[in-house]
Amino acid sequence: MWLAALWLRAVCLECSKNKIIVQDIFIPIIYLFSAVLFILGLRQLSHPRTAPKGNNTAAIGMLLAVIATLLNNQILDFQTIFIGIVIGSAIGAVLAKRVEMTSMPQLVALFNGFGGIASLLVAAAEFYKGEPLLVFTLATITLSVLIGAVTFSGSLVAFAKLQGLLRGTPIKFSGQHSINGILAGVVVLLAVYAVLDPAQASNAVLAIIVISLFLGILFVIPIGGADMPVVIAMLNSFSGLAACATGFVIQNDALIISGSLVGASGIILTDIMCKGMNRTIWNVLFAGVGSAIEGSPLEVDPMKTVKSYEPEDTVVIFENSKQIVIVPGYGLAVAQAQHMVHELQELLEGKGVIVKYAIHPVAGRMPGHMNVLLAEANVPYDSLYDLDQINPEFEETDVTLVIGANDVVNPAARHDVNSPIFGMPILDVDKSQTVFVLKRSMNPGFAGIENELFYKDNTIMIFGDAKDTVSKLVSELK
Amino acid sequence: MNGQLLVEIYVFVLAVFVGFEVISKIPPTLHTPLMSGSNAISGITIIGALLAAGSLPGTLSATLGLIAIILAMINVVGGFMVTGRMLRMFKK
Repeated sequence: MWLAALWLRAVCLECSKNKIIVQDIFIPIIYLFSAVLFILGLRQLSHPRTAPKGNNTAAIGMLLAVIATLLNNQILDFQTIFIGIVIGSAIGAVLAKRVEMTSMPQLVALFNGFGGIASLLVAAAEFYKGEPLLVFTLATITLSVLIGAVTFSGSLVAFAKLQGLLRGTPIKFSGQHSINGILAGVVVLLAVYAVLDPAQASNAVLAIIVISLFLGILFVIPIGGADMPVVIAMLNSFSGLAACATGFVIQNDALIISGSLVGASGIILTDIMCKGMNRTIWNVLFAGVGSAIEGSPLEVDPMKTVKSYEPEDTVVIFENSKQIVIVPGYGLAVAQAQHMVHELQELLEGKGVIVKYAIHPVAGRMPGHMNVLLAEANVPYDSLYDLDQINPEFEETDVTLVIGANDVVNPAARHDVNSPIFGMPILDVDKSQTVFVLKRSMNPGFAGIENELFYKDNTIMIFGDAKDTVSKLVSELK
Repeated sequence: MNGQLLVEIYVFVLAVFVGFEVISKIPPTLHTPLMSGSNAISGITIIGALLAAGSLPGTLSATLGLIAIILAMINVVGGFMVTGRMLRMFKK
């Protein structure tokens, strides 16, 4: 990286005789180079083996973009810039080093918010320069501050919900949607007003920022904790679109390209999360799902019975299996049982058993979260299987071990049209020979739906704390 | 509508398509690092922040730019570092 900087410096000195070449050709070419590095970096992210390299590639792209910008002869004050870079880098580094993997969703939410507000500030700075602005530029400024503000306040609410500072259940009041609609309408009117009368735009832009901040809050508070993965993915997309809009404001292609990449990424992830829950994005955003859990206890058919074993009784079944599939849910991460599960995997593999993990798209608190939590516990990535890969394998699986997962293994999603989760893609664990379900008690899961898997003939419950149960299994197997 | 704007719109539309192509090939296993990594990339707004903070010393724009530099830098440095930290955990 330093070599690249030195090289750039040399080239820059060479070009200093001819400023125009630097300003109009050299810097934009470096920006193009940065954009190419971002794309290559994302491409290397398509395999865990090449992914660390991809991250470095993208980081070098960013470094080049920053250096190229500093070569711009419009920049006069390097001291302010230096202070800003040092403070920002220090805070970022501390956050990145300190964060627990379970808290990754909160961190990403926070970063989304920072990205959004930074784009807003850049657009606002362009606006307050006091230079006459084109109508189009004014229009993009209003768009940029709108997206930036919604991303910022929305992300902070998502952060507060995930961090437990705000309650996870939807916060709803009557007329919520009408208020949001009216506020959005006012923003549009203000934007039109600003564009039509640039002399008065100053107040309008300020008003747009304030109202958009409120909109962001109102937009996320009615969304339940279980739907936060969708919200984070969407805000991720927004943070990219905010950068993109700001790119139009300052007429910079690097911002437009990078912002679009992030915007596209967020949209894809949002879509995957929605499909994983068999919901539409509109249902997630506006239905306030997760508010009606309290009260009404489940009606359980008294004729239905569950079988329950002690951990010690199950060891023989494990030892005599050919293939075992482990289905981790977020309950596993809450119990901090990942490391113990990995130990179990190694013991079983030592006895010649094939061990695979089945990861449902919504297993964690954000897309791919469970995979990271397992990777942290040294579970090799090639034993992690996603829904489409593992479902055909359950019929040849001797034992499936469900740990802290509930709705994603409920067969009712396949056939019970009255079930709230009907149609949701699930892991077909009930097709394996024996299913062990590790669970604290018979209480229903997050969605408050009874799970018919627990009453099946081939299902055996093991009650207790997940970590305790797995460690008992481990010591019995040793 | 001037020519430059039109080119920018071209760039935007084509970049969205590239984004969809590249990102749809990323496996679910890496979706969390993808999010934190793309987060860092959206910190590209740092370019605008640097220009705003550096070009008009002592103005409101420069102050807004300075705050933007700090926030974008948190995004860039924090985003790339935490992504690297996660990716190093993935082992065969």
